[in-house]
Amino acid sequence: MGQFGIGQPLRRKEDPRLLRGEGRYTDDVNVDGQLWAAFYRSPHPHADILSIDPAPARAAPGVAAVFTIADLDADGVPDMPCEVELSDLSGRPMWKPMRPILARGRVRFVGECVAIVLAATQAQAREAAELLKVEYAPLPAVADSESALAADAPVLWEALGSNVPVHWQNQDSAPVDAAMAAAAHRVRVRIVNNRLVPSPMEPKAALAAWDAQAAKLTLWAPTQGGRRIQANIAKRYLRLEQDQLRVISQDVGGGFGMRGQTYPEFVAVAWAAKQIGGAVKWRADRTETFFSDYHGRDQVNEAEMGLDSDGRMVALKIVTLVNLGAYMAENGPRMPIEGGGRIIPCCYHAPQFHFSVKPVFTNTVSTDTYRGAGRPEANFLMERLMDEAARATGLPREEVRRRNYITQFPYRTPMGYVIDSGEFARGMDDALRMAEWSTFEERRTEARARGRLRGIGVAAFIEAAGGRAPTEDMRVRVDAEGAVTVFSGSHAHGQGHDTVFSQLVNEFLGVDPDRVRLVQGDTDVTPRGSIGTFGSRSSMMGGGGLKASCEKIVAKATLVAAHLMQAEPAAVRFETGVFRAGASETTFSEVAAAAWDARRIPEGMTPGLDESCLFQREAENFPNGCHVCEVEIDPDTGTPEIVRYVAIDDCGVVLNPLIVHGQVYGGVAQGLGQAMVENALYDADGQLVSATYMDYGMPRAHHMAHVEAGFNTTPCRTNPLGVKGAGEAGACGAPPAFIGALVDALRDHGVTHIDMPATPEKIWRAINRANAPA
Amino acid sequence: MKTKVTLNVNGQERTAEVEPRTLLVELLRDQLGMTGTHVGCDTTQCGCCVIHVDDKAVKSCTMLAVQAQGKKVVTIEGLAAADGTLHPMQEAFRDHHGLQCGFCTPGMVMMGVDIARRLPGADEKTVREQLEGNICRCTGYQGIVEAILSVVNPGAVKEHHHA
Ligand code: FES
Ligand code: FES
Repeated sequence: MGQFGIGQPLRRKEDPRLLRGEGRYTDDVNVDGQLWAAFYRSPHPHADILSIDPAPARAAPGVAAVFTIADLDADGVPDMPCEVELSDLSGRPMWKPMRPILARGRVRFVGECVAIVLAATQAQAREAAELLKVEYAPLPAVADSESALAADAPVLWEALGSNVPVHWQNQDSAPVDAAMAAAAHRVRVRIVNNRLVPSPMEPKAALAAWDAQAAKLTLWAPTQGGRRIQANIAKRYLRLEQDQLRVISQDVGGGFGMRGQTYPEFVAVAWAAKQIGGAVKWRADRTETFFSDYHGRDQVNEAEMGLDSDGRMVALKIVTLVNLGAYMAENGPRMPIEGGGRIIPCCYHAPQFHFSVKPVFTNTVSTDTYRGAGRPEANFLMERLMDEAARATGLPREEVRRRNYITQFPYRTPMGYVIDSGEFARGMDDALRMAEWSTFEERRTEARARGRLRGIGVAAFIEAAGGRAPTEDMRVRVDAEGAVTVFSGSHAHGQGHDTVFSQLVNEFLGVDPDRVRLVQGDTDVTPRGSIGTFGSRSSMMGGGGLKASCEKIVAKATLVAAHLMQAEPAAVRFETGVFRAGASETTFSEVAAAAWDARRIPEGMTPGLDESCLFQREAENFPNGCHVCEVEIDPDTGTPEIVRYVAIDDCGVVLNPLIVHGQVYGGVAQGLGQAMVENALYDADGQLVSATYMDYGMPRAHHMAHVEAGFNTTPCRTNPLGVKGAGEAGACGAPPAFIGALVDALRDHGVTHIDMPATPEKIWRAINRANAPA
Repeated sequence: MKTKVTLNVNGQERTAEVEPRTLLVELLRDQLGMTGTHVGCDTTQCGCCVIHVDDKAVKSCTMLAVQAQGKKVVTIEGLAAADGTLHPMQEAFRDHHGLQCGFCTPGMVMMGVDIARRLPGADEKTVREQLEGNICRCTGYQGIVEAILSVVNPGAVKEHHHA
């Protein structure tokens, strides 16, 4: 490994620009003559729309237009589909509703878009939106998935007749029930996996400008890679050729899975701009993002594990409800089944496994991918079961895990996915050692003397990265001066691709990272087959495509070098930026210059040094790790304090440790946020109670502790770089490690579980309920 | 009805016509075209908009433009030297990987400079508490806390595990 190549903690290239305030996020862009858009949103969770009178809004100062679904329908704009296909055991397919861009006849959640208002200024647009007159006939509403199953629950979709569009199961439960009945120990848990708001710090925004001369629309919007949104909006909604829409996402203020989707607001803004033949800008305020960004998690899991007398799992049964919201988002029902199901039963071998999932409609905004997308839920469930298994068998928590770890690879999971590699016990041993697990009881005793309750938790987890879309398109161009431009299909919104891709180019071509430029987030120039960044796929997919493109560059450059040196191509070696054949040598830059000069290349060769690769992955990769969390609780207030946090991660080959650790820290914070403070709360009537940062707990610096992080590297065997994704690990490890520590601290109070978020109030109640005289 | 305000922004006298309800951050971003200061919320919670007004850290979403009349304002754009050389706090954020997407960063850096001015020698706990009004969704705060500590109290920076 060279000074700047793979594995070096290179400081980020993107930082100086961002640190000087020179980032260019969507709201930083303005177009002359742009109108501002505001959405009129439903105040009702469930209601029939009797009438819409846009006249008072149209008459307001500065207003240029008000559009409702009638205008979209008149133009033939179709509704939004869900891409997921599922069926029940009898083969009956899942029932799927379509979502209109603006509500048609009925609203089904608070914040659903009903109309879009265009005005000269943002303030005018917002004020006019408030003047819109909509008459409603309110309907009964239901917000949580369990209530939505009740026989008398309000039904969101009459055509379906219930709120459950499919009952999916991996297999009939009979064999698992038999194994469960015969088990020496049986443990059960019931877990409410709290609903979260992804909350990247940059609110959703969009600016669309129609250029009549070019017959082309440009859409600036924060996305995780614009190609899919480009194809969707251009072809489906605007009936344009794909290239008549240019999507630009230059700097994007965080993604976390919620920016891959085509939001109805994007479609409405793009359509409105085309309709008026001008430019339309919209920026959500934070409350709108709470109402309308797709939420994450929101599962209820009931699970049972059977173990033999040695503490080895013999059967596992998981019954899951996932709250879909009112509509089905692009990936909605995928979360537990493909999201979590890709890894379940996580790090452990389960000889018998039954998995049942019911997606449920409720009067809430849709749920979709959020950091981990089903895997944090699955890992949380398995780790709570393992802690319970330790209690039931009397084995130490680490020992019951050790006895059940998968140790033979490749390993085929009960759902048919193949895990290539991992060293789970080694990772746990490293974490326990770093966290001084063996001497914990001394610290518990010492804390007790100070009147504090101290506990420790351990959580093993596994992730699946790089999944779903099996290809990514990358292009590398070397100019005649030897400088390199990477045209990336994947997209960075915090992950540091500019730096890491430069390191890879340095590794493969020997070019100084400062001479590598990254082009991303502009569909006019990014590769055609670009997919984008999600599921921690950029290291494997982007990196793999980049490596293959660089190999093509070296192959062609070798022919040019051979021609220049008058050597046989087979005799030419390329090493650290220099081509050698016998005693002659020529540098990469010299070869690059020649490659663009038709007179200096072999006959029949096309000039240039510009290669691309539609990289096809062989398999997903399976990052994993073990986290240990130690907490102290103030029993008078119930306030928990994280006193130590250790994270050992297997992210495969580490391309840049600074950046990979950064991903781990960020994931841990989101995991601890879920475990400690975050909760998207709808009341029973379907009103979103937590719609600002005053009501929705965000993890802040003082909630967090310094994370001590290390790697347990097991190179991935199924991709050329040996990498495993790093983005979602922390969000998987932190919730069970933290809750495990809390429960351990409260074990003398008879506490066996606390649902997330474990707020001081919940903890205080748990302590005092236990203390209360019976 | 518009009002004229004159203020000094990053060493330059600037005058603008604003509505009484115009927020200082709107004046900076929309009228003066200085988009380094960001807006991340509507309730004074996130700190993406922190700037300095008369040498104090202020949330520019929570101050009216007219209140800045005659004041000295420094934004993130005014921190680095004219040739682009980063301010030591900016440099520290880079060294400690204190930013990912960069959206919270201008506010974090301005807050860090303010902490350094008020609380030299602050310990880790104090720095974390001082960041109560700044939210970062990407970094888990680790690099941010380390960066600020490296300026105010270098001995308190915890060792990194880059192995
Ligand atoms: S924009 Fe959030 S505090 Fe100012
Ligand atoms: S770096 Fe993205 S919000 Fe802080």
